[in-house]
Amino acid sequence: MTTFSNQSLMRNKYYNWIIKNLFSSWVNSLMTVVAIIFIYEVGTFFLNWAIFGADFRTNFQGEIISDRTLCSKNIMPGEYGACWAIIYARWDQFMYGFYPIEQVWRVNFVYALLPLAIIGILFDKLPYRKYFIYFTFIYPFLAYFMLYGGPGLSVVGTNKWGGLLVTLFLGVTGIGLAFPLSIILALGRRSKMPIVKSLCVVFIEFIRGVPLITLLFTANVMLPLFLPDGVNPDNLLRALVAVTLFQSAYMAEAIRGGLQAIPRGQIEAAQSLGLNYWQTTRKIILPQALKIAIPPIVNTCIGLFKDTSLVLIIGLFDLLGIGRAALADMTWTKLYYEVYVFISLVFFIFCFGMSRYSLYLEKKLKTDNS
Amino acid sequence: MTKIKSLFISLLLTLGVSTAIAGSHGSTHDLVKERGKLMCGSNTGLAGFGAPNDAGVWEGIDVDVCRAVAAAVFGDASKVEYVPTTSKVRFTVLQSGEIDMLSRNTTWTLSRDVDLGLEFVGVNYYDGQGFMVSKDLGVSSAMELDGASVCIQVGTTTEMNLADFFKANGMSYESVPVETNSEADAAYTAGRCDVYTTDASGLYASRAGYPDPSAHVVLPEIVSKEPLGPAVRHGDSEWADIVRWSLNAMIIGEELGITSGNVDEMKSSNNPEVLRLLGVDAGYGAMLGLSDDWAYNILSQVGNYSESFEKHIGPNTPINIQRGLNALYKDGGILYAPPFR
Repeated sequence: MTTFSNQSLMRNKYYNWIIKNLFSSWVNSLMTVVAIIFIYEVGTFFLNWAIFGADFRTNFQGEIISDRTLCSKNIMPGEYGACWAIIYARWDQFMYGFYPIEQVWRVNFVYALLPLAIIGILFDKLPYRKYFIYFTFIYPFLAYFMLYGGPGLSVVGTNKWGGLLVTLFLGVTGIGLAFPLSIILALGRRSKMPIVKSLCVVFIEFIRGVPLITLLFTANVMLPLFLPDGVNPDNLLRALVAVTLFQSAYMAEAIRGGLQAIPRGQIEAAQSLGLNYWQTTRKIILPQALKIAIPPIVNTCIGLFKDTSLVLIIGLFDLLGIGRAALADMTWTKLYYEVYVFISLVFFIFCFGMSRYSLYLEKKLKTDNS
Repeated sequence: MTKIKSLFISLLLTLGVSTAIAGSHGSTHDLVKERGKLMCGSNTGLAGFGAPNDAGVWEGIDVDVCRAVAAAVFGDASKVEYVPTTSKVRFTVLQSGEIDMLSRNTTWTLSRDVDLGLEFVGVNYYDGQGFMVSKDLGVSSAMELDGASVCIQVGTTTEMNLADFFKANGMSYESVPVETNSEADAAYTAGRCDVYTTDASGLYASRAGYPDPSAHVVLPEIVSKEPLGPAVRHGDSEWADIVRWSLNAMIIGEELGITSGNVDEMKSSNNPEVLRLLGVDAGYGAMLGLSDDWAYNILSQVGNYSESFEKHIGPNTPINIQRGLNALYKDGGILYAPPFR
């Protein structure tokens, strides 16, 4: 008897929710029906294209696809969906660029350690967090040594790097380097010392005043013209400098927003306790300011991660560049959708991850004084 | 204030001039030898001309010119490092010395040759604007295109050439304006226009990607001159000579019937030009500062011009370009290399 009433209660609950939210009026009902049809149509179309009607390694005759002419959709036009064989064939290039294949384990090693390196920063309740943080500081040097080479490892020049490796290198290093720089810039901009302040303002406004593409061009094209012959700083490094400067200016403004939201009373209270400037900043101001600034900081990080694909214009092969090079090969030409959908998916995974992490952080740090 | 300004400007100028002087000193040839590899500016990916294959190895007829130069300088065609360049950065990358030569479907024009401080050393592909139509249209010459609708990129030389051509022949056309070349391709495929026009090599490459390439024809008329060739920096003639003659060696190789397959037998030929080219008669390599077997290395490792053409863009490849203008002068084309003597 009780179970029955519980069930009917439950049913009522869902029923009420549906009535209230989806069918409250005839306009709402109509929109619900249209939306359901739309989602169904688009969803089935996409799933059919991407999964059910798609070729993965082999076509419908069971042959391994080594060429776009072997794709089912090119043998029987209109019958089949995507031809993912291009992703299989170019997987190494998408992941490592032109990194020598027998050395690829080094990149895999660096990829595998990346989560270990950032987990310490991301979660403060982690057991043995101290050691993870130590590792975070060792990681960049280790990663550089593993990727570039040095004593005991053959040197692989950065012009051989590409694909996800370049995207992650620019994204992660750019964000990592820009973060401390941007805190200094944001504090400098609010400083009472005129020279420090004006330097920071000029820097931030100048960088924010030009598009990233201009910075990349400047770094790539102008810099070598002013340097003596034969001195050519690494192409990827130049792009990294441009990306870092760009990101730090934007992040500094996000952090400044957080700083300005701290009530003046907080600073005065800290000072009245006898804390000096650095103690006040480190213990009172920054923790609160950064918390407020999380959404805009993550926003700029996501923006930057996607902006790294602009390096294509200066001839660096990031994920997108590798995809376009794959399409330029006669073996695979015209498989646009497959390549772009795949690249979007990879970018989506990283950007969505960042976005979810920022939500988690906001919830965790919420102390509810609003 | 003005004083500070002028000081600043003169400082900048001195810096610029001094680097320019520094730039003209070192010989590119020595630099390349010292480095142990050739830095060659390539396309970021153009089918048949220069693109990485599945294994990450660069291939194409532009790439073969780089390989030929490496074969001439090092005796090893693989000692090339490709620097992918976009059309926007290609010239500055060359000027700044980041690359030793540019081999990237670049049209040789007066302003580039003179004003930009480049030196074009030859032509490895004669391109030009052409027209593609569907076979169903039953058209065999561009002179029959009166009244046709044409997909064109707005604001390009392509558009101007098109207008000139139709005007000169007293014909009219209906323009379907599009923004980019790939959009033009898509519009043509979707049947929004009868005619698709761009550089002929581009037409062939697009056609190769269609589900049924044989349903489209590229008309024989070519309405503009687009000679594509490798370029080096101004002011280093020795290096320009090496690149020029590396390309010429490939063309002369075809003229003399020397292929990568028969190059060793040809060494015992009794044609004096063959013997000079392959370094059996010594002395010609030294003039360029190279070993005597430099051209032998090019022909054995890269092959002659015809081999390169057939392998990457010829009728047996998906791109399917006929030799046309790019045939040797004696076969009805305009490909002509000065004599090897």
